[in-house]
Amino acid sequence: MDLNYTPEQEAFRQEVRQFLQDNLPDDIRERVQKRLRFTKDMIVRWQQILYKQGWGASTWPKEFGGPGWSEVEQLIFEEECALAGAPRQLDFGLRMVAPVIMKFGNQEQKDKHLPGIVSGDVWWSQGYSEPGSGSDLASLRTTAERDGDYYIVNGQKTWTTLGQHGDWIFCLVRTNKDVKAQEGISFLLIDMKTPGIDVKPIIMLDGEHEINDVFFENVKVPVENLVGEEDKGWTYAKYLLGHERTGLANVGQWKAMMRRLKEIAREEQDDGHAIIENPRFRDRLAQLDAELRALELTVLRVLTNATGPGPEASILKIRGTEIGQRLFELAMEATGQDALAHIPDALEPDYNGPMVGGMNAVPAAGDYFNMRKLSIFGGSNEIQRNIISKLVLGL
Amino acid sequence: MNFELTEEQQMLQDSLRRFLANEYTFEKRREIIESGKGTDAGIWNALAEMGLLAFTFPEDYNGLGGNGIDTMLVMESFGRALVTEPYLATVVLAGGLVRDAGSDAQKQAILPAIASGEKLMALATYEHGARYNLAHINTVAKGDGSDYVLNGSKTAVIHGGQANQLIVSARTSGDARSEDGITLFLVDADASGVTVTDFATHDGFRTAEVTLKDVKVGADAIIGEANQGLPALEKAIDQGIAALCAEAVGAMDAMTEATLEYTQTRKQFGVPISKFQVLQHRMADMFIHAQQGRSMAILAADSADSDDREARREAISQAKLLIGQGTREVGQAGVQLHGGMGVTDEMWAAHIFKRLTLINLLFGDADYHLGKVSDALLQKIA
Repeated sequence: MDLNYTPEQEAFRQEVRQFLQDNLPDDIRERVQKRLRFTKDMIVRWQQILYKQGWGASTWPKEFGGPGWSEVEQLIFEEECALAGAPRQLDFGLRMVAPVIMKFGNQEQKDKHLPGIVSGDVWWSQGYSEPGSGSDLASLRTTAERDGDYYIVNGQKTWTTLGQHGDWIFCLVRTNKDVKAQEGISFLLIDMKTPGIDVKPIIMLDGEHEINDVFFENVKVPVENLVGEEDKGWTYAKYLLGHERTGLANVGQWKAMMRRLKEIAREEQDDGHAIIENPRFRDRLAQLDAELRALELTVLRVLTNATGPGPEASILKIRGTEIGQRLFELAMEATGQDALAHIPDALEPDYNGPMVGGMNAVPAAGDYFNMRKLSIFGGSNEIQRNIISKLVLGL
Repeated sequence: MNFELTEEQQMLQDSLRRFLANEYTFEKRREIIESGKGTDAGIWNALAEMGLLAFTFPEDYNGLGGNGIDTMLVMESFGRALVTEPYLATVVLAGGLVRDAGSDAQKQAILPAIASGEKLMALATYEHGARYNLAHINTVAKGDGSDYVLNGSKTAVIHGGQANQLIVSARTSGDARSEDGITLFLVDADASGVTVTDFATHDGFRTAEVTLKDVKVGADAIIGEANQGLPALEKAIDQGIAALCAEAVGAMDAMTEATLEYTQTRKQFGVPISKFQVLQHRMADMFIHAQQGRSMAILAADSADSDDREARREAISQAKLLIGQGTREVGQAGVQLHGGMGVTDEMWAAHIFKRLTLINLLFGDADYHLGKVSDALLQKIA
């Protein structure tokens, strides 16, 4: 047992750090570090920069154009990116649809879709949840009926994150109503420019447009866009959930936020002193700091386990999201009444108008509100406890 | 970065667990506790034969040169079986202190005797009113020629009543809370003026109150440097905390397993109560606490031998903080899910609960260690 990174891993960290110093554009870094509103442009631009370096898809094996890094190296990469103020790369293409295409897709699908994902040219969205199908995802009702060389898709997907920018969407659709719910679902790749698709914004509680409803009305999807076999989509989706959950631990992002929170705690004033000097506040920060350390070690334990992430990854999702939410909660509390004012324009870098308090307060309450999503999406934390009960504890 | 055990460590863990499963049964444990002796010659000698009493001592002193991770493996196994033997007191605390700070002569005299199982020791450092502050010492050692005369009293001397020899912290200069001026002395338990009052603890261990009245020791009884005993004492306690963290992880696992088994057997409303989601989620939370605790116990074990004080202290206090909170959550949940049976003496869960509860109180509870990391945070970032 050895908790130190190897000299090779340390050298790798330095290499990543140097690259970030030389290549992360200042305007992107500023938006990320001040927690301003992010744009499609900054995410795409950053993806293209990473792609040119050969680092566009940190989790991919070499044969598909990834760098072939070990999982510990991937973690180091993500951590350094987050600490440097790089935007989080989008999971939907890189970490969600790509692994499914790699594992279950045919050669044409791999050739057609993987290059656009890693280069940042094609923006993917996820079409899983429906208005009536959240935690009980297998009850989904969007249908795909075979008609010659096409599937005709009808129905509605919801909570589609950043779907307003989407070029393609991967969907779970019902292809068979006569079998058990899980056995009649297929995994379909859909070009969002196809006629009959309508994307409508859902405004979140922080006033921001991040998620969408996606409506499908007689959308013609070529049968070659079916991944794997018809009616086997549930198996592929389950395969994918493991990937999503490990990423949701988000250790690198949270370490960066913890660093930011400590800065905030030093800057924000409490009756003539920094709020960090208030023992009630500081104790909660110290508690969270310890919990984040435990999370990081647990992630490393899961990652370096030869058997790979199993259902234990549900722990990471639960703890990772709880810790993330708490970080933003403390950041809001640190700014006190300065967090009251809702000034959406101040989330743009060129804002010059009136403000309440400093830049720490601008995103504080909105971020806190927004982050309530963490314990709800990706399989709610209650569903994760069900998974632990069933698959780990055998109940 | 790897969390794998070596082949030797794996073998050690397997054989120790097998031994405890066979020899350290619920009934055997009860007999040992009821004997009031605080240790069992058969068990202790078997541990000596397995090499466990010498595991972390240098090879020059009949040891095996092990480290904090080895201690973790032993203590975790002890935690699973709720072993009440004086391992923490003798091997980890006193043995560790002599190993890290003792003179060659002291190591020669003490470590092989511990290794063979013939010598039991205890650390007498905490005092009433000081709570967990290691520097708060009123016991005085006054120079008398080349000798010292000790006066004072000590509390929470774990397995003090079983020890042949004590390590006593005493003030040789400075005021009651001064970090300088603390000296560590070897004091024979049967020396004139030493009174050891032995008590049972709620969890089957033993503790002692020790008073020292004009106890005379020679200068050769000093461990390390006079007046500079605190860093060594603090490191020994940190190693003790790391060991307790590992023990707690073993006990938390045992509690989770006992609770899983019980709820799958116990039927109400016509089904095993494990079928109820409200109970399942509580057990999932027990599992999460145990896993988080395991991560932190590994961190503590990995840090315990370090002389980088700041990093070691941070890791140890973070670990005891989260594990202390975990002992409470897992302990209370385990009893609750056993229902009425959980509050009876016949249930394993009740005994695990008592040990978990007392582990939190030992060497600083969760609040104390939260204060430690919180103050360190202020130092670091203010």
